[in-house]
Amino acid sequence: MEFTVDFNKEQIESIEDILQKELIDLGVQSVILMDLAGNVIVNLDSGEADHDVFSLAALAAGNYGAVSAMANIIGEQEFSLLFHKGEEESIHFSKVADDLLLLTIFNKNVSLGFLRLKVAEAVKRIKTVI
Amino acid sequence: MALINPKKREVQVKIVYYGPGRGGKTTNLEYINRKFKKRILNEMVTVKTYGDRTLFFDFLPFDIGEIKGHSIKIQLYTVPGQVKYNATRRLVLRGVDGIVFVADSMDLRREMNIRSLENLKANLESFNKNLFNIPLVMQYNKRDLADEGIPILSVETLEKDLNSSIKAPYFSASAIRGDNVAVTMKKIIALTVSSLRKKLE
Repeated sequence: MEFTVDFNKEQIESIEDILQKELIDLGVQSVILMDLAGNVIVNLDSGEADHDVFSLAALAAGNYGAVSAMANIIGEQEFSLLFHKGEEESIHFSKVADDLLLLTIFNKNVSLGFLRLKVAEAVKRIKTVI
Repeated sequence: MALINPKKREVQVKIVYYGPGRGGKTTNLEYINRKFKKRILNEMVTVKTYGDRTLFFDFLPFDIGEIKGHSIKIQLYTVPGQVKYNATRRLVLRGVDGIVFVADSMDLRREMNIRSLENLKANLESFNKNLFNIPLVMQYNKRDLADEGIPILSVETLEKDLNSSIKAPYFSASAIRGDNVAVTMKKIIALTVSSLRKKLE
């Protein structure tokens, strides 16, 4: 059994700190850093959300794979960014590294453009600690 | 590829139920979900097609206690059995730690079982994994059909077809009645967790 994603305690704490400051403090409800096998690595929320993060991560990994297969059909390697818009809540997916995805759940109070900017910033900072 | 979180002291283990279409993989998970309802906090997630066949996967997470001070989260998945969904099967196999191969005991399904096992072998190889050294349990499902006079394969035949070189632990089962469903699950969890324990040391 090999471990592809193998973070130590300090790395996890740094990632939590980045996600808290870049995303949660700005009004994002919930963030999940996960691997493509559907495992949850870091999960933070603003205290308002009570989502089943393990099921979300499993489905998100499946979704990401399905969308990557769609990308292949049209000649793309992958779509590194996905966005699902809901009436109240929306989900934004961003690839962080080869095997890592960052899921952000946010409501109408956060604009998509602003969120994308902050996610890009968080991803950039996470890459420096992994 | 179990995921270890050293901060939360938590290990996430992925177990996949594999096998031919309509073999009873989803029925296994549904039974486990009902039987252990009190211990399972989350709802079972299932993505089905119109015809009630698994399109994507079923997913059932639950906690089973601790090893070496780490709490263990078991995540059970099924794959879609139908031949045409191989891309999805490969996706679900990503990061797998243990496998239950659910074979269909019906006489008519003999070839399908063999083909599905070959497909599993090929898919594992694409992730640089090997059928011979991953924790694996064989389940010969639908034994109850014999009572209805439907011709079924003998356990010896199934063993010869599927398990003669792998020599994995095997169980005769009836997922619909619940016979040996929990036993199969406990066996794969025990095998997977014990191979994980060596890693945690």
